[in-house]
Amino acid sequence: MKNKIIYSLTIISFIFLFVIFYKGLKKPNFYQPKSELKKNIPYFSSINFFEKEIINSEDIFNQNKFYLFNIWASWCVPCKDEHMFLVNLSKINNLEIIGLNYKDNYENAKKFIKELGNPYNKILVDKDGTIAIEWGAYGVPETFLIHQNQIIKRIIGPLNTKTMKDIESFLK
Amino acid sequence: MKILKIILILVLFSNLTQLKADEFELQTKITKNLRCLICQGQSVYDSDSEFANSLKIVVNKKIDEGLSEDQIYNFLSGKYGEWILYDPKLNKNTYLLWFLPLLIFLFGGAIILKKTNKNY
Repeated sequence: MKNKIIYSLTIISFIFLFVIFYKGLKKPNFYQPKSELKKNIPYFSSINFFEKEIINSEDIFNQNKFYLFNIWASWCVPCKDEHMFLVNLSKINNLEIIGLNYKDNYENAKKFIKELGNPYNKILVDKDGTIAIEWGAYGVPETFLIHQNQIIKRIIGPLNTKTMKDIESFLK
Repeated sequence: MKILKIILILVLFSNLTQLKADEFELQTKITKNLRCLICQGQSVYDSDSEFANSLKIVVNKKIDEGLSEDQIYNFLSGKYGEWILYDPKLNKNTYLLWFLPLLIFLFGGAIILKKTNKNY
């Protein structure tokens, strides 16, 4: 009797562990916080990329429009891949694209924009990466869709056809 | 008078360096308890990634602004979730994490006690 209980307990715990590990195998190992959506955008001030003037976030996201906040850098290879999607999205009237140039060299960033086109309505500078931290970002590229001062969608990594369609579906 | 001035400057300077040393210690303590989210198994303190370096600057700024250790943890877990902390706080999501080892320990202890009692 006692042996039977021990035997079945061992089997149950093996099955339990197997299910946990099996589920864990299928889970992506990239952690994404659940708390970031429907969150108010952070307040920050930065420098305008071209005009070199100080600008506050309150003066940027102040209209009843959709905003796409894209963190990019010229040294980031996936940023080059996603750039054509940004250029396509920039043709949408209801959407304003704001770029955050992350830890970049000014001349290289300017060259990047010149070569690949400028989809941004405004570009801000984040010299030390602290503004990206205020947004809860991991690095480059990362994109936030904003409406009425709230983050409604977040894309970690480069944009692709699927995420572009997702963004467009919000704008309809 | 001159000597007095020199002593005053020296005292001020030593206080200032002490203050800086305390801040540095606090920054080290905090960054050692923060997980570098884009690295594998490294703390922010140990990592030299862009993300970790920016986070170190943010922690420094927050210390300068006068935020306490807990306030900085709250600020960062608000941005990145509890996962960023190596030492998760006790709340309803982490009850199991905190109390399971204790329960297992007690359970094991009870079994051992029962067995040894039987032997006598």
